Amino acid sequence: MFGEYITIPHLLIFLPLVAGLLTFFIKNEKTAKNLSLLAAIITLGISLFSLTVLKRDDLNGLSFNYEWLKYMGASFSVHLDGVGRLLTLLTAVSFPLIFISTYKSSYKNPGSFYALMLLAQAGLMGVFLASDALLFYFFWELALIPVYFLCSRWGGERRIQATFKFFVYTFAGSLIMLIGIIYVYLHTQAIEDPKTHQVIADHSFALSAFKAALFNPAQQNWLFWLFFVAFAIKMPIFPFHTWQPDAYEQSPTAVTMVLSGLMVKMGLFGLIRWLLPMFPAAVVRFDNVVIGLSVIGIIYASLIAIKQDDLKRLAAYSSIAHIGLMCASLFTAKQMAIEGMMIQMFSHGINIIGLWIVIEMTEKQLGVRKISQLGGVAHKAPVLTIMLVIIALANIALPLTNAFVGEFMMFSGLFQFNIWYAVVAGVSIILAAVYTLNMIQKVFYGESNTLTAGMKDISFNEKLALAIIVVLIFAAGVYPQPFFDLTKETVSSLITRFK
Amino acid sequence: MNAIIITALWGVVMMLRGVFSKNKSSALPWAVTGLLIALAGNCYELVQPQWFAGGTEYRMLFGVDVKEMLHFNSFNLTFIAVVLFCTLLYFLLNGRDIEKTGEHVSEYFALIFFVLCGVCLSATFNTLLTLFLGIEIMSIPLYILTGSDKRNLKSNEAALKYFLMGSFSTGIMLMGIAFVYGGNSSGSFFIDNINLGEGKMPVMVAVGLVFLLIAMGFKVSAAPFHFWTPDVYDGAPTVFTSFMATIVKAAGFVAFVRLFENAFGAVQSQWQALLAVITAATLLIGNLTAVFQQSVKRMLSYSSIAQAGFMLFAVFALNETAKEGLILYAAAYSLASIGLFAILVKMNDYTVDGFNGLAKREPVLALTATVFLLSLTGVPLTAGFLGKFYMLTAAMKDGHQHWLVLFAVLCAAISAYYYFKIIQAIYFRDSNEAVVNESGITPTFRYLLVFTAVLIIVLGLFPYILTDWLHYYIP
Repeated sequence: MFGEYITIPHLLIFLPLVAGLLTFFIKNEKTAKNLSLLAAIITLGISLFSLTVLKRDDLNGLSFNYEWLKYMGASFSVHLDGVGRLLTLLTAVSFPLIFISTYKSSYKNPGSFYALMLLAQAGLMGVFLASDALLFYFFWELALIPVYFLCSRWGGERRIQATFKFFVYTFAGSLIMLIGIIYVYLHTQAIEDPKTHQVIADHSFALSAFKAALFNPAQQNWLFWLFFVAFAIKMPIFPFHTWQPDAYEQSPTAVTMVLSGLMVKMGLFGLIRWLLPMFPAAVVRFDNVVIGLSVIGIIYASLIAIKQDDLKRLAAYSSIAHIGLMCASLFTAKQMAIEGMMIQMFSHGINIIGLWIVIEMTEKQLGVRKISQLGGVAHKAPVLTIMLVIIALANIALPLTNAFVGEFMMFSGLFQFNIWYAVVAGVSIILAAVYTLNMIQKVFYGESNTLTAGMKDISFNEKLALAIIVVLIFAAGVYPQPFFDLTKETVSSLITRFK
Repeated sequence: MNAIIITALWGVVMMLRGVFSKNKSSALPWAVTGLLIALAGNCYELVQPQWFAGGTEYRMLFGVDVKEMLHFNSFNLTFIAVVLFCTLLYFLLNGRDIEKTGEHVSEYFALIFFVLCGVCLSATFNTLLTLFLGIEIMSIPLYILTGSDKRNLKSNEAALKYFLMGSFSTGIMLMGIAFVYGGNSSGSFFIDNINLGEGKMPVMVAVGLVFLLIAMGFKVSAAPFHFWTPDVYDGAPTVFTSFMATIVKAAGFVAFVRLFENAFGAVQSQWQALLAVITAATLLIGNLTAVFQQSVKRMLSYSSIAQAGFMLFAVFALNETAKEGLILYAAAYSLASIGLFAILVKMNDYTVDGFNGLAKREPVLALTATVFLLSLTGVPLTAGFLGKFYMLTAAMKDGHQHWLVLFAVLCAAISAYYYFKIIQAIYFRDSNEAVVNESGITPTFRYLLVFTAVLIIVLGLFPYILTDWLHYYIP
């Protein structure tokens, strides 16, 4: 039965989906919480299983294909490849962490909250698995809708404006991408019945057909921007980033973790899976523009992060800087940079979730997240502080931490591409150290004030979540090889498109 | 043919019922029965060659020889089926509210049946004469329905305005028909037999074409001929606005597409740029003005103009995808708007603030309204998305005026602003006082709304349950 009727992609998409729909009807907070945690853990189990048991070349059980809009040439087809496995794993790891670390938080209408979280997970899984452009677009939007509702319903004071800005930005970007998808679709080959050679559909939405469609450089140039804008808004890349700090600040922290850890990866993934293979000529043509924007964004975001007084906004800007580096290294089309970027996608997801957990702890206990009002937390919460220092060091990519491997490789790739980009972007490492260490110093060390005097150390569930993150940080920092093995094929097939 | 005859007859039946029975509440079952008969008759006509006769012979219930003045194919029969189904849903959702509008309940239903007859005629016309008949039969009962709230000044004003503007556009249409008839050398009323001349169009035909374009643009409220729409939709009793803004508007589009495809399809390149400008203006004006509306009813009027902009793509492109898309779009738009209007009718306060805290008071209404709004915005998983997707694909396939497509999606992004304003009110804003803004909500009403919402999602996932009907062969 397994591998034939039920495959891993089935489980990854439909398990959170069904669990989410069930959770809508649960009134009891405890039950909703436990059910969603259970679903998330089972999903993680399935994702881990996909890494170990099935062989790489054994496609059976890793993909499925249903007829959908037959005459339009769209099918419900998904498959799990290297980068797909990496990001579904990240998604699967993140959700249990999020649920565990926020286990003590209580929300009004808990059933809806957890249901929407699980639906967002299903949408994300779909994005990382889809190998049909229309299906990809479906999931791309479906991941957005639950997050929109989560942010606007359970967020901070200015949540309605902030999340609406976020929604309109991404919705406009997606619609522009839709034009691109339709244009490429109209230039794909017809689908024929393999036996009778009758034409079933004039065009096809399949990923393979999209990759095979040929465009002259002029067409590629503007198609590139149609797709790039959508992905750039999602990542976000300077100057499309203005929605992000507000949205991160106003969202409930559990959702901010989804936004910053996972949803930004949708943009990067879109580049890897769709844009880069489809328009290699345009990518080579515009690489300086995109890398230039990314580098500007890196420096700009780092400088703003230094001036931030709000912990959440600081983390948001630091995230823009990290994503900018990943996007820049992707466009160098150098093997080393892309390999580094792959592992960094995973590391960044884990680290930023860790950072949010710490911020959430502080805010929940003290009710503020202004750096200027805090101080001396370390005296009261030593375990929290130790965990934070490790995560912060990973955030500035110190050796032995997971981010070091990725950043090192990305910088060396960028260096090969153009030394000046590497030099300018390299300044961001120093800037990252400035704002991160500054934050640690002001918030955690020094004299404790009246506000922080009542701080208690973290409880078991938060310890557990942070401990898992710290273990992952060191594990990937010391032995990153499994990640390279996982994404080797994707990287090399991507590189060959540029030769 | 079945639908035309049954709806016309049933209109008479409803009128007679009004004479013999003064019981207001029994009008609805009668109307629903008539509609079911019409729907069944129409579907029989559509599927009969495939299901019953094995593709060999073709029989209708009413074997009237129309001398080719009307033309029946899978496209317009499917459209009529959609229209009748939507009207059925509209009756079931709004029936009790139609009764509340005034004294003459039977007559209201009778008028709606006459409108439906006009809708069927204007979907199946094959000559310019039958087109005119269809459009007029469709319009005149609407003038009366608009003014049916006799004691309301706004309703009266709207009816008068609608009537004057409508007559004006009828005049233009007649003049257009006269020009086209007189100007083409074949001297034919049949739309597929109009001689457009080799190379350059005769001037009179060209003038006639532009007049017809203006008149049809008026009927579907395309800019700059849309000025009557907000006032009329706002002034008319909400139950009838719902009918006008959805079913009648969609019928106008089908007539528009059929006229321009059959009569002027050959010279598409000569009027396409003009239509592109009209489309862009409609999208822009509809969306921008809707943003500033405080009343949801008025906002929905402008949004209907904006949605008309998207449906104009079908006339712009005139290919197979466009026709499939038009049916899908008409169904998606009608279902969502009928649902929204039905909720609106139950409310006392029509402003956006009236929706504040609806999620707490009426979770079912809140959820279904959200589905309708998401569908109107064009979010995947709803039929509204696929409608927009088909329209955009059709326009791209046509290959001309790519800027229009980009313009359209930017307008769609603007539309998110005003549709989401309602969603925000429903879910994220609390009402200050314990005022209950909605009344008369029965469990049946809730079930019907859920049914409509489910239908929208099912169509959004499996559009082929509707579009496959278009591929039925009608001899």
